[in-house]
Order: sequence, then structure tokens, then C-alpha cells
Amino acid sequence: MSLPKPMMRGMLAKHMRIHLPLAFAVSFGAALVLKYTVTEPRKKAYAEFYKNYDSVAEFNRMREAGVFESVRPTGK
Amino acid sequence: MLASRALSLVGKRAISTSVCLRGGHGVAKVEEHTLPAYFDRRENPLPDICYVQSLSPEQKSLKEKEKGTWAALSNEEKIALYRISFNQSYAEMNQGSSEWKTVIGAALFFFGFTGLIVLWQRKYVYGPVPHTFDPEYKQKELQRMLDMRMNPVQGLSSQWDYENKQWKK
Repeated sequence: MSLPKPMMRGMLAKHMRIHLPLAFAVSFGAALVLKYTVTEPRKKAYAEFYKNYDSVAEFNRMREAGVFESVRPTGK
Repeated sequence: MLASRALSLVGKRAISTSVCLRGGHGVAKVEEHTLPAYFDRRENPLPDICYVQSLSPEQKSLKEKEKGTWAALSNEEKIALYRISFNQSYAEMNQGSSEWKTVIGAALFFFGFTGLIVLWQRKYVYGPVPHTFDPEYKQKELQRMLDMRMNPVQGLSSQWDYENKQWKK
């Protein structure tokens, strides 16, 4: 009829000892994963796009397609 | 004076059923839900009142025996005393049940039922969609989006091959 004495105190500290470093590790890990799978490819894609970007030629192509209201396609 | 002395003789629980008259006015009847209650809670190890309020004669004699030395109590008597004071032990309180299966099942069932209602509504209540949903109109919309180079870096226009007028492989 004699049970072992249950844990009376220190439960939060015991929980934090494991879970606080774990929380930090998971957060930093998630941030690193996001950085190298999302933001770095995105930065590279934008750099590639704008490396040889001719905005005037692009504008003229859009103009010929007829999307602008300020300039009509050439020939009208 | 007489009434208050009478009140002290009456037990605590009996206050709820008797009315004390003092100075010609009646004191309000004490509602049972305003008195301290018993409930089994993990975070409240010692509830305000004992579980069993009205003791049977055996329980009364057990309570008298409790006033003596506790080493004289047998194990069954100790358990009986525990059951007088408490309804469920911590082990009984904390054990899980299969109720979650019923809850999830009922929730999913009502999701499905709502889906049926929505389908019926779509067929019998709503009018036709606008003309802007026609396939030809949608094609023209897409062509316009490609013409104005919408999202050219990573989005829509980046997937279109402008030389060959088709989607990139």
C-alpha cells in the first residue's frame, strides 16, 4: 500500500530543459530550410531575369500586343 | 437572537432548506448552486467539500474510528474513507476514453451533410454564372495576362514560351 512518492515540483523546469533548446533548434532549422529552398532560389531567379533585361524592347512588345491605353500599337 | 442561536444548531447543509426570519424580513433561501461544490479536477487536488455529504451509519462509525490512530485501520477501511471524501481517484480521472472517435466521426458526418446541402444549393438556388466564365472569355483573359507580361520572373508569364507561342516544357 506504499506507492513511490510522486513528482511534486520542478515539472516546468524539467519540461523546459528538453523543449526549450528543441524549440530553438526546430525554429532555426525551419528558417534555414526556408532560406535555402525558397529565398535563395528566388533571389537568383530575379537576378537572372534582370541580368539581360531590355525594358524598352519589352515595352514595345507589350505595346504591339495592345495592352496599353496611353500608346496604341504602331501603325494605327 | 433566538433565530441566530437556532441557526447555529442547524447543520450547514440544512441552511439551504430553512428560512430564517429576522426583524420581519425573510433571509433569501440559499441556492444549492451557490454553495461550494465537489468536482474531480486534475489541477484541484482537494475539493471544497467531501464527496459524500450524508453518511450512512457504517460510514459514521468509520469516521469515528478515523479519529483514533490510523494504524488501526485496515486497507479496506482506508479505501472506504477515501471514497467518502473523493469520487474518482487520479488514475480513474485521468484515464482516456474513446469519445474522440465519436466526436471526429460526428464532425465528419456533418461536413458531408453540409456538402450535400451546398451541392443542392448550387443546383437549385443559385442563378447562372456571369459570362466572364465562358471558355472563350477565359482564353482572352489569359492572352491579355501574357501580353502584359504578368509575373514574368517566377509566375505566369515565366512559364510561357513567347517565341513558339506555347507553354514551356
